[in-house]
Amino acid sequence: MSKLHIETVVNGEPAEFLCSPDETLLSAIRNDLGLTGTKEGCGTGDCGACSVIFNGHLVASCLVLAAEAQGRSLTTIEGVASGTTLHPLQKAFLQEAALQCGVCTPGFIVAARALLDVNPDPDEGQVRYWLAGNLCRCTGYDKIVRAVLGAAAEMRSARV
Amino acid sequence: MQTTRYEAPGTIADALAVIAANPGAMVLAGGTDLLVQYQAGMRTPSAFVDVKRIPELMQIASGADSVTIGAAVPAVEICANPTIQAWWPGLVEGVHLIGSTQIQGRSSIGGNLCNASPAADSVCSLIAGQGVAVIAGPKGEREVPVEQFAVAPGRSVLGRDELLVAVRLPKPAPHTGDAYQRLIPRSEMDIAVASAAVSVTLDATGVCVAARVAIGAVAPTARLVPDAAAALVGSRLEASALQQAAAAASAAAQPIDDKRGTVAYRRQVVGVLTRRVALVAAARAKDR
Repeated sequence: MSKLHIETVVNGEPAEFLCSPDETLLSAIRNDLGLTGTKEGCGTGDCGACSVIFNGHLVASCLVLAAEAQGRSLTTIEGVASGTTLHPLQKAFLQEAALQCGVCTPGFIVAARALLDVNPDPDEGQVRYWLAGNLCRCTGYDKIVRAVLGAAAEMRSARV
Repeated sequence: MQTTRYEAPGTIADALAVIAANPGAMVLAGGTDLLVQYQAGMRTPSAFVDVKRIPELMQIASGADSVTIGAAVPAVEICANPTIQAWWPGLVEGVHLIGSTQIQGRSSIGGNLCNASPAADSVCSLIAGQGVAVIAGPKGEREVPVEQFAVAPGRSVLGRDELLVAVRLPKPAPHTGDAYQRLIPRSEMDIAVASAAVSVTLDATGVCVAARVAIGAVAPTARLVPDAAAALVGSRLEASALQQAAAAASAAAQPIDDKRGTVAYRRQVVGVLTRRVALVAAARAKDR
């Protein structure tokens, strides 16, 4: 199977990789680009562990072909912090202890960031519905929801 | 192992040529069905034909008399479109129920139609809104009313050499409203046990002058139910008319027994949903 040469933009930086025509974007991110923050949970778009922002939309990278990234841009969990400064969501997850095993956490943070980009002041119900495609088997979700609401409040107060 | 290719044509003509040249090629829109089926070994396309570089399939085009929604426009963009929000809130309700936020970033009405699930959440509202599927093929373009697009679970009228380009919805008449609801046993992320979409047009005095009723998940395909619409027309959606419409919807249902519900339950519920949805649609019609 001949490999495809893909040129794309990852976390604001140009990137390129070789992929099989049927390789998933998730596989390219982890195995070709070496960005292992994005996790594989189910591989069928149900769990949200592989969430990335692709083309401006939150997607499950296990349900995107790597070849689709040609000329597009994507943001992974590695692009959420600014250098060594954690994003308010990342700080809030630590503060609230909103994780145990941590496998779902990158997906939750990427998805929550996408929410706060479109809705800086979500209520609890909006957070829960937005994150319904992110599964966590450890926390029972309450701490995650609290962390997202806390980060949103902090980001709003930082803005004024 | 079979070699699968990836093609990303930039025009409808190029897409049709790629499809014609590759027997066994499959069109890739959002991939939320196809890639799951591929990973599971249920589908083995000779090529993925990614249609998301074709402008006509990726745009929402508002005309004076209609809106044309590209077949591969992701759900998130449909739900955020101000014209669609204003004219077809019931379509937004249906599209917004397709999977999670992540799925919404990719899933499309074209995929929903071509996957041809009887429970597809966008389809009832497209039927209620008199949607027309615009299909390109080697002999040119043809149009098929959405209620005729699916012919059986997983099967549609689309020929192997054809491509679904868009769905066109005529601008609703004044005082028209639509709505969609489904029943699932949990609050989010499930497949409809039964569903219904209704579009009603009222006159200045509140009498229903036109209606369309579509039901989902209760027959091999989503279904238009003219008898249910006829029960509403001429009424003010009083209880007796709603009851008649509900009975017509139940009568038009041909559900199956499965883990989501029994035949009797689905038949009952689709009537209840039709009645409730008709009231929501009528309330919206009064406001427009």
